[in-house]
Parts: sequence; structure tokens; C-alpha cells
Amino acid sequence: MMTAVPLALVLLPLIPAIISFALPERLAGWRNAANLFVALIKVLIVADLLRQVRSGVDLEWRYTILPGHDFLLRVDTLALLFVSLSVFLWLVTTIYAIGYFGRGPNLARFFGFFNLCVLAATGVALSGTAVTFFLFYELLTLATWPLVVHNGDEKSLRAGRIYLAYTLAGSAAFLVGILWLKTLVGSIEFTAPPDLSAVPPLTLTLIFVLCVGGLGVKAALVPFHGWLPAAMAAPAPVSALLHAVAVVKAGAFGIVRMIYDVYGIGTVAELGLGPPLAALASFTILYGSLRAVMQTEIKKRLAYSTVSQVSYIVLGASLVGPFAVIGGLVHLVHQGIMKITLFLCAGALSNRLGIKAVADLDGAGRRMPVTMAAFSIGALGMIGVPPVAGFISKWYLGIGGLQSDASWVVAVLAGSSLLNAAYFLPMLYRAWLLPPPEQAAFRELGTASDRMLVLPAVVTAAASLAAGVFASSSFSPLTWAKLIAEMGYLK
Amino acid sequence: MSPLDLLVAAPLAFMVASLVVGRGGRWLILAASPAMLALSAWLVALPPDAAHLVGDWELPLGILLRADGVARLLVPATSLCFVAVGLYAWHEFSPKSGRETARAHTFWPLLYLMWGGSNAGYLTTDLFNLYVTIEMVSLAAVAMAAMGSLAAGLQYFLIALVGSLAYLLGVALLAAHYDTVDATLLAIHARPDLPTLLAITVMTAGLLVKTALFPLHGWLPPAHAAAPAPASALLSAVVVKLGFVIILRLWFEAFAEVVRPAAMHLLGGMGALAILYGSIQAIRQERLKSLVAYSTVAQLGYLFLAFPLISNAPNPAEPWAAVLVHAVAHMLAKAAMFLAAGLMLKAVAGERISDLAGLARAMPLSVTAFALAAISLTGLPPSGGFTAKFLLLHAAIEQGSVVYAAVLVIGGLLGAVYLFRPLSVACSGSAAPVVKAEAPLRVAAPLALAALAVALGFAGMMLIELSSLSAPPAAAGPLPAEPGR
Repeated sequence: MMTAVPLALVLLPLIPAIISFALPERLAGWRNAANLFVALIKVLIVADLLRQVRSGVDLEWRYTILPGHDFLLRVDTLALLFVSLSVFLWLVTTIYAIGYFGRGPNLARFFGFFNLCVLAATGVALSGTAVTFFLFYELLTLATWPLVVHNGDEKSLRAGRIYLAYTLAGSAAFLVGILWLKTLVGSIEFTAPPDLSAVPPLTLTLIFVLCVGGLGVKAALVPFHGWLPAAMAAPAPVSALLHAVAVVKAGAFGIVRMIYDVYGIGTVAELGLGPPLAALASFTILYGSLRAVMQTEIKKRLAYSTVSQVSYIVLGASLVGPFAVIGGLVHLVHQGIMKITLFLCAGALSNRLGIKAVADLDGAGRRMPVTMAAFSIGALGMIGVPPVAGFISKWYLGIGGLQSDASWVVAVLAGSSLLNAAYFLPMLYRAWLLPPPEQAAFRELGTASDRMLVLPAVVTAAASLAAGVFASSSFSPLTWAKLIAEMGYLK
Repeated sequence: MSPLDLLVAAPLAFMVASLVVGRGGRWLILAASPAMLALSAWLVALPPDAAHLVGDWELPLGILLRADGVARLLVPATSLCFVAVGLYAWHEFSPKSGRETARAHTFWPLLYLMWGGSNAGYLTTDLFNLYVTIEMVSLAAVAMAAMGSLAAGLQYFLIALVGSLAYLLGVALLAAHYDTVDATLLAIHARPDLPTLLAITVMTAGLLVKTALFPLHGWLPPAHAAAPAPASALLSAVVVKLGFVIILRLWFEAFAEVVRPAAMHLLGGMGALAILYGSIQAIRQERLKSLVAYSTVAQLGYLFLAFPLISNAPNPAEPWAAVLVHAVAHMLAKAAMFLAAGLMLKAVAGERISDLAGLARAMPLSVTAFALAAISLTGLPPSGGFTAKFLLLHAAIEQGSVVYAAVLVIGGLLGAVYLFRPLSVACSGSAAPVVKAEAPLRVAAPLALAALAVALGFAGMMLIELSSLSAPPAAAGPLPAEPGR
């Protein structure tokens, strides 16, 4: 059904973006209100869309930008998985950002570009053709750059340079890949996968390498992961939403689209592309965890943990078995809510107590108990302790590995979990069991601003817990991932 | 009267008027802007094959003005540039004292001379008439360049003179050989014999000098970087495009049957080198305006890289549209970038990129204009620059020309390297430098141009439709061998 709803959903953040750019700093209250209001509206729209799509409604908006290249926005189950994650986390992070920054310089710019990022992320999710996907994927790069260099110091500027170098090169490879494929098989629409039978296997393999390699930059696949730890120079809300969720997810999401909606499971299996990609993803999982153990700075440790965790999604997609598909897809959501919890807490700790290094965490649990409680739930989830959401992901991935005759996946998962424990448990130990250094009493939830800083993490931590405990209920991410798999890929 | 006549006559009338009113010449832009924009809109809306014989003399004696796709895209784009630059210069070249007064007197007649000349150049099909238009534009351009640096102006003058003479020599050869110098008639009669090939060669060489295609670009960076911002904007955005359009007409319209594929690859190769060389030089610059000037050297390369892609394409309409869209997008974005750079450099009273530190906070609108222009120049979506480079890359991949595709990709990445550097500096620092507040009306000119360059990205179908009104280049036969295959 042709409708402007998908377009409206994508463009909605333009309103707060323009308001944020235009309003002077003394009207910051109005700016915050506009941001929250639109974020809330978006959540409501997406909630309604979830209901509609579940009942089989098909919504799309099409516009021809160039001959043979349609701009297509389409609401399907996979798109909604990503969209609902991003609108929920956008709302949470907006509240957090207001509490985090209070009144500081450059906030108009921050909120303006923050909204443009959400626009791009929603566009990435709803894209119905490869070219549309590319447009939003590139817009995401552009809109995140000003946020990476937000602080304006030498470290941020350097991070900005590294970020652009990696991501623009990646996008260029991806663009060459999709244009090449387009000249061979015509328009690439995700709902109507192109007929690849006439293309020589070697060409198909090369195009796959170009596309997945290009997308792998944002998904932080080793060896293209270097930008992610560097980009931690950005303020915490940026690290939280963009680097833990929007940007890396856009890459992982693109790889999922490539495997399932462009090439199709059959072709990927025929070409033998799954096992090498699964091997690369597994290597990334272990390498990221190993590097995380070696970090002494909290945000850096979390960044390497992201490198590792995002590859679970790629691993699930590349194993192409039913349970692995579900595990990878559900991890798209689970990793998002758990990782954002960790980043929101890390930002709160550094913002209020000045804690940046792991060694400073001593006694943090006594000084900011609510924050550290949320952090602990996120960390346990990452390790895969039931009943937190991370356990569900790993369970499905493990069974998926066995189904696809790749039992080594179980070993990778076990190894990664051990490493996760090795870098998260010492942090929890320091925070809860060691005495704090002598310092003045600290009230965690004293002011409204404090509450805006701390409570978002509590919400996401609760969500991580709920996604695990109520995994079999009809509105859990797991149920939705099963729905996607049933409707799309396992016919 | 037809709009085709008026588009040439009106600027010349404004030139005379500005000479007459002298000190108050700047006020005329307020009348010229709406008039010329209306005429441009009329031109675009004319019926598809609109043409007009000046004074109703038949060819080959008369002069044919024609509203083809090239004219319909480039005349409105140039007019937009002139309007924006004029409104910007209205403030800059107001009569104050001493030297400023001299500039205020001379700038306006030159602007209108250049405006009339380039419009005539896009509309006419007569090669001798084109010579006259080139001379009008060159004369104005040299004088504007001399406003910044006399030495650079003189060098530019000599180069322009050589270029014009070479072109005139070619026209004379053709006139003697065919008894006509009208491009539409030559297209029918042209034969691949020695005098014709010689004429094409000298004419193309003369025009390449004026268009500053690598390795004939040496005069451009000093002249464009030294001139005052409005003059730089016109030189980089408008002036160099005329030579390119004439080459395009010669190669694909007048002599489409005569030009050999190898020659196409020669131009394409020079274009590819221009992209790489210009980008690398731009990366090495320390002064902002030099960076923008070298970016022009690089961006002009794309115009010529397209030649072999057009001539080899199974469906030439797309690369043909791409090259015209690139010309338009570069015009708008480059003019915007020079004007924004002028505002920023004037505010900090410096000329180096490092002087821009913290300006994103102090001058957000100017930096936004610069950033939007940079998006289009780099070829990032959505923008006119992206549409053009996307179509070119598509054509290159379709034809399997690995070399051209690689240059397009690398050129885009290098573009990001040199254009994000000033932006990165502008975002640096935590304290905003103290500068005079931005005058919203002055910054409106670059902002509007840059926003248009970006907005072109949404109008791809319309641009392709307009460009298809030009005689579409002949489809190539079997693909010739090409480098890198």
C-alpha cells in the first residue's frame, strides 16, 4: 500500500532538528520540550505500526530519483525491529542528554545533529532498495561527524578524522559493489531479490566482499574496527546511542539485508560465503573481547566490547540456520538495550563522580547505587547470565551453530563469555565490594537533572531484564525475531 | 523579442547603465536580479526545440540562438551565481574610499559584461560568435583577477590571449574549409580530413588552456586565490565552464562523427590526472582560498573524465546528464564556497585554514554554507554533486572501465580529505573567537547557493529530462579498447 507514513516517520526528526538549530540557548527549555515531544510521538507511531505490520499490512512510499533508481521506504518486520529499537532508545537518550549536558556550549548543534542521526538511522531501517539504503547510510556518517568532534579538542578532532577515513572508504566500497551488481541484474529491491543466476560466481563473490567489507566498517568487523574505540572521544550520549546502537547497527543491519534480501540464503550457501564470514565474525568476537580485557578506561573497554558483541549479529546471519537467524536478529535488539545501559551508566559515573578509569570504580556502588545496579544488570547480560536478555541471544546462537553443523560456534560463544566475565566482573567487584576513597557524601538522585541522568539507564536495564524474563511473551524481541524469520527467511 | 535575445541584451544594457550611473552602479543589481531570473525561468519553460535567428537573417549568414538542454541548465545556474555574487558584492563593493571606490566603479560593469558574454556563449551555435563571447568573458575575468593581484592578472591575461588566438585560428581554418562556422551546419558537413582535425586540435587546446584542465591549469590557483571573494566566485564557478561547454559542443555536436575514441580517452585521462593532482595539491594548501582554487582544478577534471564515458556508453543520456549536472552543481557549490570563505576570512582578518579555529560557534551560518557546498563538491548524498558522480560511476562500472571508476572513487575520498579539514578546524577549540556578528543578508547568498546545490540531489529526474533536450551524443558502435581493461 502506497502511503506517506514511512516518509513521515523518517522525516519527523527534522522538526526538532530545525527547532534545535534555530532556537537561541536561552530558550533551551523549549528545545528540550520539542525534542522530547517528537521522540514520544515517534514511539507512538511505531507502536501502531508494529500492530499493523503484525496483521500483515504492507506500507511503502516510492519516488524515482534517477532513471532505474527508486527511492523506496518500506515498513517490513525486519525494518520495524531496528526502528522500534532506535525510537525507544532515542527517547531514553534524549532525556539522558538533557540531564548530562545541562547548560553547555554547542548544545543547539548537538541536538540538531542528534536528530539528523535519528533521521538517518530510521531511513536505514526503512530503506527498500540498496540505493536508498546507501543514501541514508552516508547521511548517517555525515550527521554523526559533528557529534564525534563535539568537544572540539585535539583528541575529538583526531577521532573525527579517523571516523571519516574509515566510514567514507567503507561506503565507497559498498557503493561500487551495489552499482556493479545493479549494472548486472538491474534494480536491487529488498522485497524482490534480484535473479543472480546469470552472474558468474566469482563476480558475485567479489561484489559480496565489496559490499560486506564496506558495511563491515560500520559494523566494526576486524580489521575495520579501528574507528570505534577512537570515537569514544565523543560525549557519553553520542557513544551510547550512536556508537553502541545506531552506527554499528546500521552496518550489521546492512549485512543482514545483503545476506537475506539481496543474495538470499541459497546463493550465499552455494557460493560458500557463509563460513568465511562466520569465521571473521568469530575472530572479531574473540579479538574484541580480548582487547576489552586489556583496556583500563571504562569507555574504551565498553567500545571493544561493542566490537565483539555486534559481531554476534553477523555471526547469526552468516550461519544461515533457523535458530542462528533468530539469535542474530534478536541480538540486534538485546545488544542495543544492554550496551546503551552500560554507556549511560559510564557517562553518569564520569559526569557526576569523574570516574573514567576502571581503577577509579572502587566503591562506586555505594556512592551511586542505582546507577551501578543498572550497570550490573547490563554487564551480567553481556556475559550471558540468565535471565538477562544476553542469555537468550547466546542460547539461540549456540543451538543455531549446532544446527548448521558448526559446533565450533559453541566454543567461540563459551570463550567469549569467559572473556566477558573477565572484563566485567572485576568492575562489578570493585564497585560493590571495595571501599570508596574518602570523599564527601554524594546524593545520586538529588535534583531533577540527576534523575534525568540516572533513570534512563534504569529503564533500559529493566528492559534488558524484561526481554529475557518475558522472552516467550507475544511482544518480546524474541517473538518478533521469530516472526521475521518465519515470514521471510525460513520458507 | 525572444528571451534568447534578452538574455544576452539585458546584461549588456545593465553594463552600459552601470557605466553611466557610476557610483550608484551597485543599486542596479536589485533590478537585474529579478529580471534575469525571470528570463532564465522563461528560457527553461520554452517549447523543446525553441530557437531564434538574431535579426531574422538565415544561416549561414545569421546567428542562431538556441534553447537546448545545455543552455537550459547552465544559463539559469549562471544567473543564480551572478545574482548571489551581485547581492554579496553589493555590500563589499560599496563606494567608500580610495581603492575601494575604484573597485566599486569597475566591478559592476565587468560583472554584467561577463554575464552577457556567458549567456551568449551557452545560447549560440556560431563558432565565431562563440569567439566573441569568450573574449567578453575573458576580458571581464582578467580585469577581475587583476583586482586581487596584478601579477596573477597579467599572467592570466597572457594565457587567455594565447587561448583565444588558438581558438580563432581554428575558426579561421574551418571557415576557409567549409564556408560556415555554424555548429549545426558543421555537424552535417564535417569530414575527418587534415584541416578539420587540425582546427579541432588547436581550438580544443586553446579552450583547454582557458578551462585550466591539468596540465594547463598553472595560472588558475594564483589568479582565483588572490582575487576578492566575489571575483573568485565568478572566476571559479562561471568563467571556466564556458570553455568546457564549447569543447563539449565541438566534440559531441559539431564534430561527433570526426572525433576518434582515442582522443576521447586522451581528454578523459587528462581529466583523471586533474582530479588526482588537484585534490592532492588542495590537501597540501595552508591557505583557505588556495585550497578552494585547487579544488576547482580537481573538479574540472570530472567534466573531462566524462568524455570517454559519454562516447562509449550504450546509453549516453546518463553520463551526458551527469556531466551537465556536475557543471551546474559545481557552479553553485563553488560560488557558495568562495563567498563563505570570503566572509570567514574577512571576519578573522586572516587567510590561513588555521585561522578558522572555533568559527563554527562564532559564524554558524557561514560555516553551514561552506559545509553544504563541501557536501556537494565531495559528492556526498543528497546533492547535485552526488547525482553527477553517481551517474558517472554507474557509467564507468557499466562499461567496465576500472581506471575511471577507481579515479572517481579515489577523487571523492580525496575531496573529503581536503574539504573536511577546514570544517574540522572550524569545529575545534572550546572558546568562540570574537568576530563581528554575521550579517544575515550577506550570508544568505552563499547559504542559498549551497542549499540549492544540495537540493539538486532531489531533482535528478528533472535535470536528466532537461539535459536530454540537447542533441544527445551519438551512441558508440562497438566498444573500443580502453586503458585498464
